[in-house]
Amino acid sequence: MDGAVALGTFLQHLINGLTLGAIYGLIAIGYTMVYGIIRMINFAHGEIYMVGAFVAVTAFTLLAVLGITAVPLALVIVLLVAILFTAAYGWTVERIAYRPLRGAPKLAPLISAIGMSILLQNYVMLTQGARPKPLPPVLTGGITLWQGEGFSLGITYIQLFIILLTVALMTGFTLLITRTALGRAQRACEQDRTMAGLLGINVDRTISMTFVMGASLAAVAGVLVTMYYGVIDFYIGFLAGMKAFTAAVLGGIGSLPGAMLGGLLIGLIEAFFTGYVSGAYKDVAAFSILILVLVLRPTGLLGRPDIEKV
Amino acid sequence: MSLLTLKGVRTNYGPIEALRGVDVEVNQGEIVTLIGANGAGKSTLLMTICGQPRPSAGTITYEGRVINDLPPHETAKLGIAQVPEGRRIFPRMTVFENLQLGATLADPQHFETDLAYCLDLFPILKQRRDQRAGTLSGGEQQMLAISRALMGRPRLLLLDEPSLGLAPLIIRRIFDVIADLNRTRGMTILLVEQNAYHALKLAHRAYVLQQGLVVMQGGGKELLANPEVRAAYLEGGAH
Ligand SMILES: Nc1ncnc2c1ncn2[C@@H]1O[C@H](COP(=O)(O)OP(=O)(O)O)[C@@H](O)[C@H]1O
Ligand SMILES: [Mg+2]
Repeated sequence: MDGAVALGTFLQHLINGLTLGAIYGLIAIGYTMVYGIIRMINFAHGEIYMVGAFVAVTAFTLLAVLGITAVPLALVIVLLVAILFTAAYGWTVERIAYRPLRGAPKLAPLISAIGMSILLQNYVMLTQGARPKPLPPVLTGGITLWQGEGFSLGITYIQLFIILLTVALMTGFTLLITRTALGRAQRACEQDRTMAGLLGINVDRTISMTFVMGASLAAVAGVLVTMYYGVIDFYIGFLAGMKAFTAAVLGGIGSLPGAMLGGLLIGLIEAFFTGYVSGAYKDVAAFSILILVLVLRPTGLLGRPDIEKV
Repeated sequence: MSLLTLKGVRTNYGPIEALRGVDVEVNQGEIVTLIGANGAGKSTLLMTICGQPRPSAGTITYEGRVINDLPPHETAKLGIAQVPEGRRIFPRMTVFENLQLGATLADPQHFETDLAYCLDLFPILKQRRDQRAGTLSGGEQQMLAISRALMGRPRLLLLDEPSLGLAPLIIRRIFDVIADLNRTRGMTILLVEQNAYHALKLAHRAYVLQQGLVVMQGGGKELLANPEVRAAYLEGGAH
């Protein structure tokens, strides 16, 4: 019976890790895509995700006030509203912090992105307050997969929702990048911006669209994390951003499948570390990975060596 | 009728003056060639026409309209296509995707026709269709770069040293295609070359660029016969 419990425990950590990994993966895509197209780490991206979470809380609260309580309808509305607002923030960050500095030395946009990140944190703190914001559970219950002596293995509906929605989004997003004219334009700008322009691609607009897409996925991550943990504050963007960034680097920055894989791995590492070693040091585990990757394999698991030569 | 006119065009890269007041004219239906040594400003001239970099003085007129301040994606909309120096194909995309990108501004209705036309022009690309463009040979990449430009149905085609680094047989094929595009499709072409012999033989008119200035101009055959040109650009008889 001991073996069954051990296996059950392992599977439970796996489910928890997949859930976390899905969220990190969604955020990591934004880092990797922006890096791919402008060769810059968007240090304000974690804050974009945090804004998404706040829009979610506000939207859920408003819907409750309006009496819209049907869960599927509320979820769809909240996701759309969060995407819309957060994408607008992503677009604005590019306009204010990056575009005016295109062609400037690399340090300049880096500093302006960090400035943007501090600005967004303080803006949310001032307008929404510094205290953690709770959200009453939206989706409760779950499925029990296995039950044994004093132990049960299960997946909550929220976890299921997070994993399924993320798989759907990543599939759709991969198709968008590989099959559509917009995705092709983005890849062209990644490989040779000047040439893309000569072919009639509006490079500035394509870069804007990249920020908008990254922010949209971060918004979804923000909604999901709000539902999962039920509480957020203005500071959550920093840690989640750092972890998603770690995920992007682990997968190979610039690589879309890499960001997804990296997110998954970071989520799993965190869950297993929490389960088997210590919850208090789970962040240390994630960041040790970042340092290890940077030292041992700077191009990441799926990264191309040529993209790092910048 | 003049399709493209450059008057007193100057272009700088910071303190470097790459073009120092260039006058060039390209008429509808002509092949005009621009020859000159390395660093004379030939590539800069083509890029300036496309809008990157922008000229610091002078005027560039295309179809009667001043286009000095248009960015590349706008000049592309006017029907100006460039096959740039070094080909600049997208190496991590397939041949087919490169051609799709060439058709960015074209009417989707024409896509199949234009694709068939290009693959007919360079049949080797048919076999390479789903291969990554970066794996093509130099000659194949040049064929792809030309095809990519043609997919946009340009009215003015700018070619920057299309023969550079290619085997003689492939050079011949490329120059044949250029002549053919002009003859059968009436395409206007501005051709930059260091391979002056082939270019001058092909061109209706030619300019010689030296350190950012036009120092000589005339008919293609005329310059080919000119002793100064022969001495400077055809030493050893490049044919
Ligand atoms: N991006 C650039 N930045 C600075 N200088 C440049 C750049 N491109 C070209 N130049 C300079 O401008 C001059 C003309 O170059 P170019 O137009 O490439 O000549 P060509 O094509 O005739 O060889 C050269 O002195 C070259 O060094
Ligand atoms: Mg050149």
